[in-house]
Amino acid sequence: MVNLKKDSLIIANKKFNSRLIVGTGKYKSMSECAKAIKLSGAEIVTVAVRRVNISNKNKPLLMDYIDPKKITYLPNTAGCFNSKEALRTLRLAREIGGWKLVKLEVLGDKKNLFPDMIETLKSTEVLAKEGFKVMVYCNDDPLMAKRLENSGAHAIMPLAAPIGSGLGIQNKINIQIIRKQTKLPLIIDAGLGQASDATIAMELGCDGVLVNTAIAKAKKPFEMALAFKNAVIAGRQSYKSGRIDKILMGNPSSPSKGII
Amino acid sequence: MKKIKKIKIKINGKIKSINQDSTLSLVLKNIKIPLNKVAIELNEEIIDKKKINKIKLNKNDKIEIVHFIGGG
Repeated sequence: MVNLKKDSLIIANKKFNSRLIVGTGKYKSMSECAKAIKLSGAEIVTVAVRRVNISNKNKPLLMDYIDPKKITYLPNTAGCFNSKEALRTLRLAREIGGWKLVKLEVLGDKKNLFPDMIETLKSTEVLAKEGFKVMVYCNDDPLMAKRLENSGAHAIMPLAAPIGSGLGIQNKINIQIIRKQTKLPLIIDAGLGQASDATIAMELGCDGVLVNTAIAKAKKPFEMALAFKNAVIAGRQSYKSGRIDKILMGNPSSPSKGII
Repeated sequence: MKKIKKIKIKINGKIKSINQDSTLSLVLKNIKIPLNKVAIELNEEIIDKKKINKIKLNKNDKIEIVHFIGGG
């Protein structure tokens, strides 16, 4: 039996029991977001860096709903379209309170939201030199994944499909190739639509999944948060259990000896 | 009575009029910024929050104050 208690996810020397990372965007309210996170069992949440609303000081703050002492905040660079913007954002994020574990995401196209890998690679190099522990959102290209690893990334986070598309994993082969070549945490980031997509990611050998829209925009976000939690656990157990070989023809489950 | 001279600065894109020689610390206090939950840039340079009471603001200074919000 797989002892899931001992099967922790380790990122930048930090241990996590949950392999599900969730985003905090797109929820109807902060309290809905906080409850969904609790139900998902996630110990890491992504957060965005934005201007403080100085004209409305009564607006609720994320930190009042999700305690950064209990849940690891993973500041991201969502909305950045070049290295300069991404670096500025993460340096500010670090300044808020010492955050060094960050998610780098440099987008290249406003419509498909695919990452600009040249800018991403450049940013990874700079951030690693500055002591950041960078988890990198990237495309599902094994060569680029390798280059990110060589540039000091702390986790490789290929997309399953475009951000928010809900299409699920489009390129299983590439994900498997990346799995084989890297010992870094491999986390599927973006494009998942339903809980079974997370199971598939885990069965491909990924170390975790990052989900936002599929939970936040589900008709019942709380139930979906729970479904993703269970799906990740199921996928991990299935992967660790060693699946059977695929064969073309049937193979009866009952013995053929002693048939009357 | 000597009139205090006012200067204009920008905070998060909005023009604000403040007393000349105000410190960054005073301006942030006046708009009730929770310092432990934000990061501050002055003219695109990150400011060490421990030093804000020593920084005097000048005309046309641009201040950016950011915090964490929900995001994917």
